[in-house]
Amino acid sequence: MTRHVDTVEDAAGSPDVVQPYAELGLKDDEYARIRDILGRRPTSAELAMYSVMWSEHCSYKSSKVHLSQFGEKKPETDTLLVGIGENAGVVDIGQGWAVTFKVESHNHPSYVEPYQGAATGIGGIVRDILSMGARPVAVMDPLRFGPADHPDTRRVLPGVVAGIGGYGNCLGLPNIGGEIVFDPSYLGNPLVNALCVGTMRHEDIHLASAKGVGNLIVLYGAKTGGDGIGGVSVLASETFDADGPAKRPSVQVGDPFMEKLLIECTLEVLHAGLVEGIQDLGGAGLSCATSELASNGDGGMHVWLDRVPLRDATLTPEEILMSESQERMCAVVSPQHIDSFLAICARWDVTATVIGEVAAGDRLHVQWHGQTIVDVPPRTVAHDGPVYERPYARPEWLDALQADDPKRLARPRTDEELRDTFLRMVASPNLASKSWVTSQYDRYVLGNTVLSYPEDGGVVRVDDETGLGIALSTDCNGRFAKLDPYAGAQLALAEAYRNVATTGAKPLAVTNCLNFGSPEDPDVMWQFSEAVRGLADGCLQLGIPVTGGNVSFYNQTADMAIHPTPVVGVLGVIEDVERRTSMALRNTDDVLLLLGETRDEFGGSEWAHEVHAHLGGLPPHVDLEAERSLANVLTDGASRGLFTAAHDVSDGGIAQTVVEMASRGGHGARISVATDDAFVFLFAESTARAIVAVAAKDVESLSTLARTHGVPCARIGVVTEATRESAEAAIEFVDRFSVTLAELAKASESTLPALFG
Amino acid sequence: MSARVGVVTFPGSLDDRDAGRAIELAGGEYVPLWHGDRDLKQVDAVVLPGGFSYGDYLRAGAIARFAPVMDLVIDQAKAGLPVLGICNGFQVLCESHLLPGVLVRNNHLHFICRDQRLRIENAATAWTSDYETDQEVVIPLKNMEGGFVAADHTLDELEAEGRIVARYLDVNPNGSRRDIAGITNAAGNIVGLMPHPEHAVESLTGPGTDGLAFFTSVLKALVAA
Amino acid sequence: MARVVVDVMLKPEILDPQGQAVQGALGRLGLTGVISVRQGKRFEVELDGDLDDVRLAEVHRLAETLLSNPVIEDYVIRVEDEASA
Repeated sequence: MTRHVDTVEDAAGSPDVVQPYAELGLKDDEYARIRDILGRRPTSAELAMYSVMWSEHCSYKSSKVHLSQFGEKKPETDTLLVGIGENAGVVDIGQGWAVTFKVESHNHPSYVEPYQGAATGIGGIVRDILSMGARPVAVMDPLRFGPADHPDTRRVLPGVVAGIGGYGNCLGLPNIGGEIVFDPSYLGNPLVNALCVGTMRHEDIHLASAKGVGNLIVLYGAKTGGDGIGGVSVLASETFDADGPAKRPSVQVGDPFMEKLLIECTLEVLHAGLVEGIQDLGGAGLSCATSELASNGDGGMHVWLDRVPLRDATLTPEEILMSESQERMCAVVSPQHIDSFLAICARWDVTATVIGEVAAGDRLHVQWHGQTIVDVPPRTVAHDGPVYERPYARPEWLDALQADDPKRLARPRTDEELRDTFLRMVASPNLASKSWVTSQYDRYVLGNTVLSYPEDGGVVRVDDETGLGIALSTDCNGRFAKLDPYAGAQLALAEAYRNVATTGAKPLAVTNCLNFGSPEDPDVMWQFSEAVRGLADGCLQLGIPVTGGNVSFYNQTADMAIHPTPVVGVLGVIEDVERRTSMALRNTDDVLLLLGETRDEFGGSEWAHEVHAHLGGLPPHVDLEAERSLANVLTDGASRGLFTAAHDVSDGGIAQTVVEMASRGGHGARISVATDDAFVFLFAESTARAIVAVAAKDVESLSTLARTHGVPCARIGVVTEATRESAEAAIEFVDRFSVTLAELAKASESTLPALFG
Repeated sequence: MSARVGVVTFPGSLDDRDAGRAIELAGGEYVPLWHGDRDLKQVDAVVLPGGFSYGDYLRAGAIARFAPVMDLVIDQAKAGLPVLGICNGFQVLCESHLLPGVLVRNNHLHFICRDQRLRIENAATAWTSDYETDQEVVIPLKNMEGGFVAADHTLDELEAEGRIVARYLDVNPNGSRRDIAGITNAAGNIVGLMPHPEHAVESLTGPGTDGLAFFTSVLKALVAA
Repeated sequence: MARVVVDVMLKPEILDPQGQAVQGALGRLGLTGVISVRQGKRFEVELDGDLDDVRLAEVHRLAETLLSNPVIEDYVIRVEDEASA
């Protein structure tokens, strides 16, 4: 039962063999280019490698020309230790500590198999962070689904949540925040993005490069099976013998226990100084890991593919190269350290095998039982993939959409109408309590979580002694981005930036997960180019760089693309986590003040969506200078201990902000609607605003601080009694209407359990 | 010279370092113990921490209970060594038959993480002497396999002998029989508890500091011994 | 080579919420008349060499101490000979 392997020698001697490059996703000119690069036809294995590494997912061919703006418009900053191009960006947060973070997508697999799709998404992003030399310390999940009451959402959401919990909890990573958004545009294309953040000392930073001739390449972690091979099996079918190919699993299944062992084992070998370079195996598996390590290093590598430990002995060499089996890492280890490295792996019961070595020259050679099946210049595989300049054009429907101003929609006028609208909004799926979801996540493990859902940002203590900590928030409003992608991306950035500042932290760096429809659609490509331009311009203006991120294209069913959804994650630093600000109202008689300016703008608002199923007009006005000024007030004030609570105003406007602050703290509030237009006051989603609570004696100091930074500041009310003191504790809008906290809790807490059980 | 409390790390243990932090906050010395070593390093007490040892594969705690270190833990626990099993640790104690009953999947089939109100009903064990009898506390609970189950006659025996250490208040979060959150052996040196006291030792990161007394109790017992 | 199959089921008196959840799903998917569903585990253990009485006794011991928890579970062992494997 010998199977003939397509070797380099065969390829050189048989130039006219017809190869299935189109089925593998390569265009005619790309195939021709490969032949040019190699000076012959590629072997089956080489064809497989190029086809996957040059795919959209791995090569970013449609997005590269636009993403370069993040580098070109990079703001000057001295806190960036590792920028775009590595597995994840690394930021200096002071006291010798560095933080690495990134957000990624696992959208399509989560639609197919919600639990495993979401679980393996977490696994992948955690390994990215681990491969930078950091200990992963927290995760966050921005999630988007179709309408909450749609049967397919009921199929997908519980599985995704269980998968995130099942994998993340078993790894011992606290889930400190994220988002859950329901919108018809995501039906059939749910978005499951996963963020991971890790910490390390400066000297622990490791990069994915293979340097030093003679150094060994070690593959460790799970054994390799046929996971995720997908289209490459067309190669297997070319040459399989009469017995036929074994079944290839269509879904990757994660093993969080193995990943936990991988984390501990990796950190131990890193801290013992046994590792020269390190790379995780994600998309495109070994072919990606080896070509990237070689490409980033001195240039040459030899791999003996038959040494890869297999779960399935029937795998062909092409399949082994392309396998996306989970929980695997590659380390570059010098010969003097290899025994110690293997001993540590053995202690943790982690399979570890030397599968190659760094070689002289500048080629990647892969051998299978003595025969060379791959001989390529690694840069051409890993970095010099195709670059497309996809056509893009402002969509023809955009003018009409922007002209459809929500001003024409019927608004609640009477107090009773306002009260009804208020309760309806509070109970609506996008604004209702998400604790049905978040109670399935461990937020306590590692003992350093200072703030987590439903607070504005997740805050984690990094240093036990000094209290140094980090804050993170992920945000995006896809409706805003649909109305105006440039502004929408800036609004996502503004919101994440504002959320981080609200916790008392100083924003430092940005990551992003750009979720869009098909890049072959000029409308979508225009949305993408505008969003990237908006984000790059916004980051430059705010002075915080993009450190890395992810692009997910093809979130589209036939002609229906999702709303452009550029999710932005902002990382901030807080000198002492004791000084963080929570949103919870805690003290009766504290004064409530509104920072920022409110305008009559409802384009893309939650109110228009929930009450009128309307999307039109322009999104709220963006003012990044105002955001910066507000952020300064929030971080300055926090470090001085001025605030007893703070919460930014966003979805659902001031009404929702007050509800969340009151519910979190268990205290009521009495608010004076100081304008003629109660509806605008309650529900407008103008930007650069926050509500803060201060002790009466500190109102003067806050007013001065706000005035110094040019931030409008208006007293809007006071904190009233707690629910534990009175069953009548309520939110009262003076002379308008009142709702008890009990009634609000019932409205907010019932929605998700009623839908998902 | 402070008391030395060992915390066992199994493959997949998660809250071992957190238990260590709690021990140090209480004034003791945290001694890490490795599952594969037949060596308790002469510690004065042992904590089996929370987590997913062996991924909770087969049954939670079922594989960990056969670890080499457990031979010593079992022997010395029977001889009076104070042992606290938290969450996964409680599961290991039951699988080892140091405590009766078993922990099964939560009746609602979800992982649940919540700040749980408890009543400490037995304040005479090695791990609860710093509480008042019937003291009500708030301690985080987080598990998938937290439902305590035992035969009726076993439950009756536990009740009659006052061996129920803690009971859930307000909400039974997992379907445990008789709302049982924690139990002890007859001698009161071995305690199994589903909630995580090590996550309620700093008001910065927990719902309060109600959990600290689990750790101060044993240190006082050891100093007195 | 010998193959031993160990089936582990919850004891009848133990609450089985997973089985109940499956029962509900069967109903929703159109299977009428389902009286009950109980969920268990099946272990397929392949051993090299022969399976004599001593070895079989070992398997029983491990079925009782590792593969099942006798407090809540029962087990049944079946030896499959090579012809049927």
